[in-house]
Amino acid sequence: MIETLLHALFFQAGYNAALVSLGAALLGLAAGAVGAFTTLRRRALVSDAMAHATLPGIGLAFLAMAALGGDGRALPGLLAGAALSAALGLILLQALSSRTRLPEDAATGAILSAFYGAGIVILTVIQNVGIGRPAGLEGFLLGSTAGMLRADALLIAGGGALLLGLLASLRRPLAMTAFDPIHARMMGIDTRSTDLMLLLMTLACVLLGLRVVGLILIVALLITPALAARLWSDRIGIVAILAGLIGAAAGHVGAALSLALPDLPTGPAIILLAFATFALSALLSPQRGLLSRLRRAPLRPGG
Amino acid sequence: MSPADSATPLPETALALSGLSVAYGGTPVVEAATARFPAGSMTAIIGPNGAGKSTLLKAALGLVPALSGEVRAFGQPIARALHRIAYVPQRAAVDWDFPARVIDVVQMGLYRQTGLLGRLTPDLRACAEQSLADLGMADFAQRQIGALSGGQQQRVFLARALAQKGDLIVLDEPFAGVDAATEAAIIAVLHGLRARGRTVIAVHHDLSTVPAYFDRVLLMNRRVIAEGPTPTTFRRDRVAEAYGNQLLTAIPA
Repeated sequence: MIETLLHALFFQAGYNAALVSLGAALLGLAAGAVGAFTTLRRRALVSDAMAHATLPGIGLAFLAMAALGGDGRALPGLLAGAALSAALGLILLQALSSRTRLPEDAATGAILSAFYGAGIVILTVIQNVGIGRPAGLEGFLLGSTAGMLRADALLIAGGGALLLGLLASLRRPLAMTAFDPIHARMMGIDTRSTDLMLLLMTLACVLLGLRVVGLILIVALLITPALAARLWSDRIGIVAILAGLIGAAAGHVGAALSLALPDLPTGPAIILLAFATFALSALLSPQRGLLSRLRRAPLRPGG
Repeated sequence: MSPADSATPLPETALALSGLSVAYGGTPVVEAATARFPAGSMTAIIGPNGAGKSTLLKAALGLVPALSGEVRAFGQPIARALHRIAYVPQRAAVDWDFPARVIDVVQMGLYRQTGLLGRLTPDLRACAEQSLADLGMADFAQRQIGALSGGQQQRVFLARALAQKGDLIVLDEPFAGVDAATEAAIIAVLHGLRARGRTVIAVHHDLSTVPAYFDRVLLMNRRVIAEGPTPTTFRRDRVAEAYGNQLLTAIPA
């Protein structure tokens, strides 16, 4: 087992394992870095709703492609359906929170569960009528790296590189909008477009992550590395880079672990590693960690 | 500009509101406010809680939508003059646990110079450092903003505005919850700006300091009750009208 793990960590465990490992690392890098801004702008819950809102689109895209006589499982088609359905969810969410008195978190919860429920209904119908070859669609829920193709890994690599480039060039308006949106507007920044770009980049991370960690867990890969990184730095740029590195490490090691322990699914392994990094950071961080606070506390006079 | 404009003896108008009205969800907050802020003046906007002071400023700057009215700054529609205006929001408006150092926040005031990708040149860095030094905060540049006291946070916000080198500085309650040393440091900086011909407008709450700090006042309670030079405008009867006829012993009769 240890041997398999070491081989996987150094990309020596075979072609497919290397693809999965590389794809998971690049996904973690992009999701961690983008997620740092998503979290600081307080869009974590919205991104979770967006991820769940992809499911009906996946099902409908499968139906459409199967009805047209193609392979219902073609990834580009499924991702397009996922993106459209997530966008619809976002638009409805915007309408719900601006036109009704529903608080934003309640509206987000409502959209999340309604879309997810609709998605499950569509998947069940697909399985019962038996059109196309739906085996594997449920893999988008929790991720399924078995049978990951070279094209999938390339998609994640290309998409991830594009996202990192966008993030680097938009870092100033993103940071200023997250810290003080009113001042950002006074400085000539279009904060609405900035927020929209952030949501689109977050959506792109969700789509890239569907295959590897699945739509239920992807939010954790956006948030957890950012939370861990925040404990080690007080500068947003460094927080974003650290979050990307933590996400990449969790992705890579998680994929290797699940190869070495066949009972451990890849997506959950990655998420648990990211969370373990957060837990360790919360314990050990020199500024904000529990241990350093405990160590400092008795020094206080009268404490 | 027509020749007639340049011939007028009045000082340039930094900010002019005419008939500005704002409502939140059907409730009027500011009603038909008309006011003129001459360049080089320092104006206190005073009035009771809920009088619409902050809203008036935000609507003037286009930060909240106005129902009606026109706003011009330096003779131009406000949207085209925003680059000459620095706005200092209320301290409580932002999350101070945000991962940024003091100098990072001040450098946000340089965005019009750097843009998306432009480098922070040595000149721009020096400008940010000088702005901090002007407020006695030079030693705090590398400090995390969450570790600052309320007064220090307010100084950082003002330093960010200084870095913008605006001709008009608009402040929303700059002295709320700050210590005496900070209040003195801020007022010294604002008076220095006025001495160099800049215009200052601030929402202000402490009536006892109005005559010492400000040369003009705008009294309001949803609508503008009076505006003009402090000695002739800041009178007990008018302040009482703004505050609903409460007895105000600090004000000259």
